[in-house]
Amino acid sequence: MSDIREVSTDELKHLVSERALTGETMLLNMGPQHPSTHGVLRLLLELDGETVINCIPDIGFLHTGIEKNMEAKTYIKAEVMTDRADYLNPLGNNLAYSLAVEKLCGIDVPPRAQAIRVILAELTRINSHLVWLGTSVMDLGASSLFLYTMREREIILDIFELVSGARMMTTYIRPGGLWRDVPVEFEDAVRRFLQLMPGRIDEYVSLIEGNELFEERTQGIGVITTEECMQYGLTGPVIRATGLPYDLRKVRPYSGYEQYDFDIPTYPDGDVYGRFFVRIDEMRQSLRIIEQALRKMPLGPVRSNNRYFNPPPRSELGHSMEAVIHHFKYWTEGFHAPKEYVYSAIEGPRGEIGVYLEGDGGPKPHRVHLVTPSFVNLQAMPIMSRNHFVADVVGIIGSIDIILGDCDR
Amino acid sequence: MGIEQKTGNMGAVTTTLEQMVNWARTNSMWPMLFGLACCAIEMMAAQAPTYDVSRFGMELMRASPRQSDLMIVAGRVSRKMAPVLRQLYDQMPEPKWVIAMGDCASTSGVFNNYALVQGVDEIVPVDVYISGCPPRPEGLIHGILTLHEKVKREKLSDWK
Repeated sequence: MSDIREVSTDELKHLVSERALTGETMLLNMGPQHPSTHGVLRLLLELDGETVINCIPDIGFLHTGIEKNMEAKTYIKAEVMTDRADYLNPLGNNLAYSLAVEKLCGIDVPPRAQAIRVILAELTRINSHLVWLGTSVMDLGASSLFLYTMREREIILDIFELVSGARMMTTYIRPGGLWRDVPVEFEDAVRRFLQLMPGRIDEYVSLIEGNELFEERTQGIGVITTEECMQYGLTGPVIRATGLPYDLRKVRPYSGYEQYDFDIPTYPDGDVYGRFFVRIDEMRQSLRIIEQALRKMPLGPVRSNNRYFNPPPRSELGHSMEAVIHHFKYWTEGFHAPKEYVYSAIEGPRGEIGVYLEGDGGPKPHRVHLVTPSFVNLQAMPIMSRNHFVADVVGIIGSIDIILGDCDR
Repeated sequence: MGIEQKTGNMGAVTTTLEQMVNWARTNSMWPMLFGLACCAIEMMAAQAPTYDVSRFGMELMRASPRQSDLMIVAGRVSRKMAPVLRQLYDQMPEPKWVIAMGDCASTSGVFNNYALVQGVDEIVPVDVYISGCPPRPEGLIHGILTLHEKVKREKLSDWK
């Protein structure tokens, strides 16, 4: 393992101020192994007493080479990588990637598949927010909420397992539709969840709202303005907590979001408190969308009828030689995409998830680039944490909801 | 009437030091709170009420390696992270054990590329490998119980 090189602390020395080098202020390393960094983030904090005067994030501890790996795989096989980029939003990433491939190749998606996609994407949003709520409240010192949110998360994971056979890495939303139709139990399972969940969200809110300790540690902490958000390109709940109702589901609808009636929750202050309640309100809106999508879900096929981009049905393989050849060619060589480039974006739980996809005329993408919200939102760490206490840095990291797998890729 | 029964009536139990220490070690194993990637979420799910790993005396995740004796490598280890992971392992006091949770920690799974350490056993000795991407919480619990079986068989002569 001679090619493994230790990361030196001196590498970040050029970013700290003169005062730190003379010893007037203190440099403190936080992470990469730290219980509240939500993964393997390293922060170099420059402290004056207990006040943070500068915060330098050091990322890359989870760099996986996902984009490069995707270039070595066919369009179908590259999708398994998207699950593992943002592991709390696997179906959302599947959707973003599938939309990009569909845009590149011009594949149509049947309405039933679109409705199921919306239901699953919103369930994933709730799933992600539940994990975020449990862990970031735990960072602030309230550990019991984690036990409640993880309990409800299991119900969502059971639904994912029902449709795709996997709890987390689903790869269920495929270019051209879905892997297969949902089983008959799906609607009942989602309905049961819809009945249960509003009461549970009220339960979470009752645990944190009005709690003096929670309010003192969140209100007025980590404030960012709408202008700063726009300068840094921040999206998602962070920009909505500054009062700007920017949501790609409304601004640039995809997968039929324009048919559904929902609100975009905003809070005016742009602090940690606002970001908490934007996400909690978003869970309620997601339930509304799921309820409408379930009611409107039409019958019909769940894969595009363009056979070039789809494998033949299982029933044909028994008696048609052409179908067997097609099946073999589809799974080994894959389909060829035109020599063009597309960008397609969806609203993920953390913000805009974009996929830039460049085809070279062959079966493998020439370049895949994932625009991930965690990476963009992490840029706000220095301005959010400046002039706050070290203890507040923990709450601020929690409130921007970074997933390091999403950030480092 | 054997000696065990007589001493048992008197409220005393005889055993070997080896068995007793191994029994104590298996039932209060403190894992390190150290999540890397996707598997860490399933590790959290294993601590949550549905699976409740505290049934096996393991609910206390220590944030400091100096207080823990089990490292669960939950997720992919990048080349940048590898020296950090080794340093954490070195900071743990003996006796210590390592579980490679998931395909990435065991063999680097679907990522055969420049960025990842191809299996965490290249940098630290691994006791139990758990397959799955990510393993279900039941899989993690099975791995932990397998490790317990291993610890129960440890010999006095091998102690460090």
